[in-house]
Formats: sequence, C-alpha cells, structure tokens
Amino acid sequence: MSMLSEPSTSRPFDVHGKPGERTSAPATTGRRDLVDPALCRQWLRDMLMIREFENRCMQQYQDKKIGGFCHIYIGQEAIAVGCTAAVRPNDPIVTAYRDHGHALARGMAARHCMAEMFGKIGGCAKGKGGSMHMFDREHHLYGGHGIVGAQIPLGVGLAFACKYMDEVIDGRPNSRVALAFLGDGALNQGAIHEAMNLAGLLDIPCVIICENNGYSMGTSIHRGTTMGHDIISKAIGYGIDGYVVDGMDCLSVYHDMSAIVEKCRRESRPAFVDMRCYRFKGHSMSDPRKYRTPEEENQYASDDPIGRLKLHLEERGELPEAVLKEMQKEIRDEVREAIAWSEASPEPPMSELYHDVFVEPHGPFNGTSLPQMLQRKDLR
Amino acid sequence: MSTVTVIDPTMTATREIEFRDALREAMSQEMRRDPRVFLLGEEVAQYNGAYKVSKGMLDEFGPRRIIDTPISESGFAGMAIGAAMMGLRPIVEFMSWSFSLVAADPILNNAPKMLYMSGGQFGCPIVFRGNDGAGGQLGSTHSWCVEGLYSNVPGLKMAIPSCPEDAKGLMTTAIRDDDPVFFLESERMLGMKGPVPEGDYLIPFGQAKVRREGTDCTLVSFGRPVNFCLDAAAELAKEGISCEVLDMRTIRPLDIDSIVRSVRKTNYCVVVDQSWSFGSPGSEVASQVHQHCFDDLDNFVHRVHSADVPTPYAFNLEQEYLPNARRICEAVRSCLYRA
Repeated sequence: MSMLSEPSTSRPFDVHGKPGERTSAPATTGRRDLVDPALCRQWLRDMLMIREFENRCMQQYQDKKIGGFCHIYIGQEAIAVGCTAAVRPNDPIVTAYRDHGHALARGMAARHCMAEMFGKIGGCAKGKGGSMHMFDREHHLYGGHGIVGAQIPLGVGLAFACKYMDEVIDGRPNSRVALAFLGDGALNQGAIHEAMNLAGLLDIPCVIICENNGYSMGTSIHRGTTMGHDIISKAIGYGIDGYVVDGMDCLSVYHDMSAIVEKCRRESRPAFVDMRCYRFKGHSMSDPRKYRTPEEENQYASDDPIGRLKLHLEERGELPEAVLKEMQKEIRDEVREAIAWSEASPEPPMSELYHDVFVEPHGPFNGTSLPQMLQRKDLR
Repeated sequence: MSTVTVIDPTMTATREIEFRDALREAMSQEMRRDPRVFLLGEEVAQYNGAYKVSKGMLDEFGPRRIIDTPISESGFAGMAIGAAMMGLRPIVEFMSWSFSLVAADPILNNAPKMLYMSGGQFGCPIVFRGNDGAGGQLGSTHSWCVEGLYSNVPGLKMAIPSCPEDAKGLMTTAIRDDDPVFFLESERMLGMKGPVPEGDYLIPFGQAKVRREGTDCTLVSFGRPVNFCLDAAAELAKEGISCEVLDMRTIRPLDIDSIVRSVRKTNYCVVVDQSWSFGSPGSEVASQVHQHCFDDLDNFVHRVHSADVPTPYAFNLEQEYLPNARRICEAVRSCLYRA
C-alpha cells in the first residue's frame, strides 16, 4: 500500500485511519518514480492552474460574481490531475459537485468554467448549471452532479454504455473505462451501494474513486461511516477490488490509477479506490470549519500535493526556478483572462429560458443547441 | 370492452391482440430496428416479465439486450440514464410505477433535467415504463398513480395509453423520442384485447383522439379511465345525454387545442383522472379549460378523481375509490344540471 510506505511519527493527525488498524487494502504499485519530466511539469502546471483558479473563484464569490453554492477543490488537485493522466481522453468521467478541478484537468478552458459560475452564456452549460454542474462533451465529462452519490449509478451507466457499444453493437472487445468520483460523504447513500452491486454483478468497467478527504461537510468520517478506516471493505462486499491510494501525491495517483484502470479495461471489471486526501478549504464557501483544529489543518497544509510534486521535480533538477516562475505567470494571466472574458460574456438571453428543455421543439420549448464552447466542433 | 373507433388511416388492423402483446411488439420491432435499444428491469429476462410483457424477448435478443436486474430501482434507473447520456436508448421496466418512488432522484432529478443542466450537451433518450394505478386489491403502497406527482416536472413526456393499438403506437414513438418518456401502463388492462396493426407505426405525442363523438358534454380522460368514460357515455346515452369522449393519450405534452375545440361545441366539461385531485393533471386540465373557454362554459369544469384517501384493499371500497362509470355519470348529470 503506497501511502504507508513512508510512515511518519511526526504526524499526529490522521483523518482517515485509526493508526495501527488493519485495512483490507491489497497493495497498489507503491511507485512514485518520475515519468517523463516534461509530462510531470505539465501535471504541476495543471495543479497550479486549479489552485489559482480556485483561489480566484473564492474572490469572485466574495465579490458576489458567483452565486449559489461553490465548493473549492484546493488540496485535492493531485487526484483530478493524476486520474486524468491515467485514462484515455475518450474514457468518460463523472463527478460530484466539487467539480472545477475535474473540468480543468480534463481540458475545459478556464473561461468556460468561470463563465458558467458567473451565470453567463459563455459558460460550459450556458450558465444554466452553475458551479456544481460542469459538463464537457468534447472532453467526455458527464457532469458535475449536485445530489450526493447520485452520479455513481450514472457513472456505472456510462461504463455499461461503453461496453455495450463495443461488444454488442460493434462486436469487438470493450475498450473503455469510466471513472466515477464521489466524496466520502456519499458512502452512506443507497445509490452508490446499488451501483456497486450492479457494477459487480454485470462486470461493468467502472472505477469508482472515493475522494476521501475525511469529512462529509462538517461530519468526520468516523462520526458518519462505519468501517471508516477501511472503506474499501464496502466495495469488497460487492465483489469489487478495492485499493487505497495516496491522493496527496500526483505520482502515486498516476501510477496506481494507471495500473487499476488498465486492469479494469483488460478484465472489464469495476474497481473501487479509497483516494485519501484532505480538503484544505471548507465544504463550501459558507463553512467556518469549526469542526476541525488549526493544528490538523496546518499539518495537512504542510503536506501540500503541489509542494510534493514540485519538490520531486526540483530534487531531480527538472524544475529550474525560471521555468516555474514563467509557469506561474502564465497561469495567473490565463485565469485573469478567464475572469475578464466571463465578465464580458453576456447573460443568457431570455430565449434560453425555454431552450434545452426538450430536443424536439414543441409548445413554448424552442429546441436545443450546443453551448458556445462546443460550437463548430466535430464531436463524434 | 367498449367500442374503440380509432383506426390509423394508413393501416388496417386485421387481428386482435392483448395490450401486453402490443407493448412487446413495439419494443421488439424497435430492438430489431435499432441496436442501441435495450430493455432492463426486474424479471424481464429469464422470468419472461412479471406480467409477461417481455415474454420471449430474451430468446430473441439474448441476455446482453434483455437484462435482468436486482430489485434496485435507484441503481438500475440511474445506470440506464448514464447509458442514455452516451446515446444508448434504454427501456427501463418498473414492475410497478409504485416502485419508482425509490428511484425518484434519478428519474426526476437526472433524466428530465440533463439536457438543460448541461446546456444542450447531453440528452436523455430513455423510456421508463410499467404498471400504474389501482384496481388489483394491492393496497395503497402498490397502487400508485404517479401521473399527478411526475407530470409536474418539466423536461419529461408522459404517455398513458387506453387501448392496445395506442399502446403499440405510443410505445414506438416513445422509444424513438430523443427526450425522456414516462410510459404508464395498467396491470388491469394488460389482458385487454383490441385491433392492432402488424407493422410499425407511430402515434404522435400531444394529439388527443376522439373515442366517441357527442354534443352535450366533453369527457376528458387518459389511460384506463377512458374506458370507464366510454362505459359512462353508453349509459348516459340511454338518458339522452350525448357525451364526447376525448382520450388525451399523452398529458405531457397536453393537447389542449382538441379539448378546447370540443368544449366550445358542448359547453360542458368533465375531467376524469385516476390520480388524486389535489395538484393533479385533472386540476391542470380544468384550469386550462377555464382559461381558454371561460365564455363557452355553461358550468364550471367538474372533476372525477380517485378518492382523496390511501387506496383501500377491500374490493368494494377500492371500486368506489376509483373514478368508475357510476361516479362519472353522476358528475356529468351534475354538470349538466340534471342531477
């Protein structure tokens, strides 16, 4: 198990496990060796991009440019980036409401993600979805879903469809795997248990990834979830292989997920991943985080996934300071541009109110069309 | 059964089959035509369907396309919605719509809203179908009429056939539709026989059918109670009251134009809806008729619904609970000031 390969006695806080307790985790790769340094720098860039985007998001929220609920991904960037790197571009993914990181990691331009939160026509969903509902057909992102756990049956359905299209319609072996993300707070929703049973029963190639940040809103995993120290036991109960992965380490995520995804692809079977991580910010923008101590937060903050990848590159002489500086500047400019673009993007016209309700126009419903982001793109 | 006058102008039905056979013919014809269509649900495959609607389909299409699921409505409905988002065309059988309540989140929060929430990126071409309504002494939890609850939600279509011919034509349309369709059948009608054309044919959504022409009162209904209306109309004819019976066939979309046309002729309207009265399709129809026909009506729109109580088990209570022919006759007489 990769994350216990570097045990530390100087870490008094462990939001996931009861130290010393056995878990049912089979070994994951334990690898965190350097892949192509250029690729690694790209991941660092992607993580820095999410971090900068989310920091600016919080500002925009404070400035009331963003309404509704807004859930910040800071601290969990290694997961979206590492998982995206481990799958093929046409492997579908679906996630919950903390979804900006997945959208950006998958390739959505920052402007369309930001404009969606601004409620503008240039948003990925024309401003009709908001922060919790990022969709991107070009990059095979099937949302962004606001109801806790509801996206897991959808994810199993995406994987079912991949397999059905290959095997039943085209008569060839299954070639795709779906990733379905949830938080540990979704572990006690019936929908995910029904979905895991179906995935196990019907041999559905879906990797269910629990971004286990230890908190279900303000309830720690041990206050809300039985066997909270060993959540993969729940998947094992459905005949699904479970893995524990260090979600604070992009290289571990990449190596472990690559192995898990390829096994699922090859065997056409589901898997469950306990992706251990920590949410640096509150559950949403209105969360004062009184349920945990500054000491605990500081410990995890000192183990920042971005810092880890940076250090890894620096130790190998693969991240000259000038390169990092240039990278950071580009990212700042890109996010600044995304905000300016989103501000300039018009509000959705009133004709959008009755648009995209039905494919077929009838009555007051005036059909459907793709968002600006996808117009003039061949999406076959 | 009461006389059914509808015949599709392009086809002539030369044989009579059961409602359940008509449903199966539509599904099988569409599955032969389009490999993206598949059927899943409890007992649909090896058991041949809890109500034998899918009888023989496993033999023809195999277990990859006729899929037995565990009793897990939330899971398999959600799974089917995910598959529909990718472009497949699932038919989800709920053994009873009563059991769909545990899948309320996926069928109401995902399927009808996906196109909107994704800004036009992901539609949901899916059919949810199963038995709806009381009549089999199943007690209240198994006797749901979900049309009142579900038709409230924008983004879905709702078809409620009243005879075998419509069952096949509306099901074919439902499967080819690009939007989510809630298809409400009735266990009490599955054995009903009627003329059904052999080929594939479409009955467009949002087009009501005049089941019986009349001049004195418009009876508006959908699904099984259309047949109660026809019985009532036959009874009232003996008293010299001529009822026009309109079968809506779909309530989302609702063909209000046909209702208005009829009411402008008869000046009286009685709505017969087997769901509960409060916030129901019946109250919606009444409201729209009042809006469009305010100056044409010689009385307010009368409504016949299931009684506003949990469905009782006892045979006599259940029969009285339903909008039966006697209660419809009483409502018509009352509406026409002949009570």
